[in-house]
Amino acid sequence: MDQNQVFDEMWGREENLRAPYGLFKSWFDGEEPKRLRAKQREAEELFRLTGITFNVYGQAAAEERLIPFDIVPRIISGLEWQRLSKGIEQRVRAINAFLYDIYHGQEIIKAGRLPERMITDNDAFLPHMIGVQPPGGVYTHIVGIDLVRTDDNQFYVLEDNARTPSGVSYMLENRETMLQMFPELFARNRVQRVENYPSDLRSSLAACAPSVAGSSPTVAVLTPGIYNSAYFEHAFLADQMGVELVEGHDLRVIDGRVAMRTTQGYKPIDVLYRRVDDEFLDPLNFNPDSALGVPGIMDVYRAGGITIANAPGTGIADDKAIYSYMPDIVEFYTGEKALLENVPTWRCSEPDSLAYVLDNLSDLVVKEVHGSGGYGMLIGPTATKKDIAEFRKKLEAKPGNYIAQPTLALSTVPVFTRAGLSPRHVDLRPFVLVSPNKINITPGGLTRVALQKGSLVVNSSQGGGTKDTWVLED
Amino acid sequence: MRLKIRHTTRYQFEAPVHRGLQQLRVTPLAGGNQSVTGWSVEIDQGTKQLEFQDHFGNHVDLIALDTDTQEVTITCGGEVELVENHGVLGRHWGPTPLWLYKRQTDRTKAGVNVRRLARQVEGDSDLDRMHMLKELTADAVAYKTGASEPDWTAEDAVIEGHGVCQDHAHVFIACARVLGLPARYVSGYLMMDDRTDQDAMHAWAEVCLPDLGWVGFDASNRMSPDTRYVRVATGLDYSDAAPVIGTRVGGTGEALSVEIEVAQQQ
Repeated sequence: MDQNQVFDEMWGREENLRAPYGLFKSWFDGEEPKRLRAKQREAEELFRLTGITFNVYGQAAAEERLIPFDIVPRIISGLEWQRLSKGIEQRVRAINAFLYDIYHGQEIIKAGRLPERMITDNDAFLPHMIGVQPPGGVYTHIVGIDLVRTDDNQFYVLEDNARTPSGVSYMLENRETMLQMFPELFARNRVQRVENYPSDLRSSLAACAPSVAGSSPTVAVLTPGIYNSAYFEHAFLADQMGVELVEGHDLRVIDGRVAMRTTQGYKPIDVLYRRVDDEFLDPLNFNPDSALGVPGIMDVYRAGGITIANAPGTGIADDKAIYSYMPDIVEFYTGEKALLENVPTWRCSEPDSLAYVLDNLSDLVVKEVHGSGGYGMLIGPTATKKDIAEFRKKLEAKPGNYIAQPTLALSTVPVFTRAGLSPRHVDLRPFVLVSPNKINITPGGLTRVALQKGSLVVNSSQGGGTKDTWVLED
Repeated sequence: MRLKIRHTTRYQFEAPVHRGLQQLRVTPLAGGNQSVTGWSVEIDQGTKQLEFQDHFGNHVDLIALDTDTQEVTITCGGEVELVENHGVLGRHWGPTPLWLYKRQTDRTKAGVNVRRLARQVEGDSDLDRMHMLKELTADAVAYKTGASEPDWTAEDAVIEGHGVCQDHAHVFIACARVLGLPARYVSGYLMMDDRTDQDAMHAWAEVCLPDLGWVGFDASNRMSPDTRYVRVATGLDYSDAAPVIGTRVGGTGEALSVEIEVAQQQ
């Protein structure tokens, strides 16, 4: 991509230092590059010691590696953040209203705003959720909305993560590391805090407890176990919240509740923050071979005896084919135009769109409807002729499996290299907590950065790194 | 018609059950043409945990089997008052979307044989076609107890050419869905004119027709349900509506015995 087309968050388009980076830049200019390099190595060592590693699927099972961390923060002004927050909140409200509707009256289909086949043919629709009233009316207790930026005032939503968004532990560790390495930076800049996330998460979850819960609800984190790529995060969050980290075999149905084994016997759980996928959650109701879940938990849920966060069946809202309808979904449920824009999306299931996509493969990004983690996608501009020819065959065989989007000129933020500051493309995943009376958006989030110069793939499974994300107090 | 029903299900295990849960769908559905009075579900060597309404509107009791039990008995019964409706239940209601009933399931997947059967269906109206499908199903799959497997699919039953009421219902549903109609499985009781003691529940199918709404078809008896039929649970196929669905650790060597009494109350 032509670098002149790219908006840099530090320098804009015209090499004029943007205001949020002012204090950072003057600090940076006064630092010895040698000291910063040493700090960068020190930061990496800190991550290794904390044990933040990440299993990469498709590589040797035991292989764990660090997600590279870059010491240059990504800085967002308070005003920019306010605008983003409004859009995020609107979107998250719409997603919850959509989920309620899909599992109840399906008014959006009756109104002709969403084709019925988007739900009927969708594996993420979970029949067991039909007619269920989730405690407090909340489906997505934790949401990660992936945003990209292309200009000063132009953000797009790339993806809604409504199942089990991960990465919040990096947001917290990145800040912790920066505070430790460069305390002076935080003395100069007034950066909004993210450190309250674990306690906010806990109180937000507790506020969603079922009516059977007492005045201080018992919360626990359910992990598939140590072989899961995000196990570190599960353990980290449980520890930070001060709640139990449990696996399926620690839990069972007792007296109509889901109870966990403790040294004092079994204790009922009110809210379970589960990081186990729907399919594996309950061998009595779903995949009978699952050893990761709790038999009967779905029945306890349907009887009102536990809150499952996020609710089962929320995947229907973050499906990439549904994504293309999000502007309509937001408008249908909120009565307002969507504040945050979608990336223009061609649904390859539609013949006209498919024809356009096939004619323009070398300019487009084509994604699998149900894929995640940057796997199975085609990035036209950087793909070889052979890649494109092979992808064309897959696309023609199953067009309904794909959507296509233009290649966006993602904004860049400098990273610290041997040669000094050098721009790299970034995205942003803010984390949103939803409870019956409140939507809480942590100021900042996870900035992922493509470490290869010019690369647009920021996924950590594809060699991306992370940065601390600052939202300034204005 | 008023029917008095008593239904006992007994599981015996050679090795004790370490831990087990069972979902029971043994409470007749209230509403439509049936009203239920004094229905009770009692468990020996198990404890009721909770109850809820599932995504098909069925009443479900979840029970935990006692630790180390080798015999669990579930006894249910009560009275059901039925009003003649000739199998016509009417317009679709409830939160379950009608399109869900068009979904093929593992047991109702249409293979070559099911499709061939569905192609033979003729008639001037949907109702006529469904009556013909009921006859075709009964002709293609001879009623024969003890010679089929409980996990047969609709396709299996057509290939084998025989089966029980469950197979008839699956074949009928599979064909109805091939013909584009929403269809569901019904598990229930049937009062027999010549006896009160029975050794199994009955099963039939319901199809949702554009004009009449849901209509029942019992291929095994070549008729639509009347006041002798009690609807207990419905679903896309047997696995959604089965009276007992369980999971357990231990308890190998399962033996099941069922006693059912369905008698007319004067």
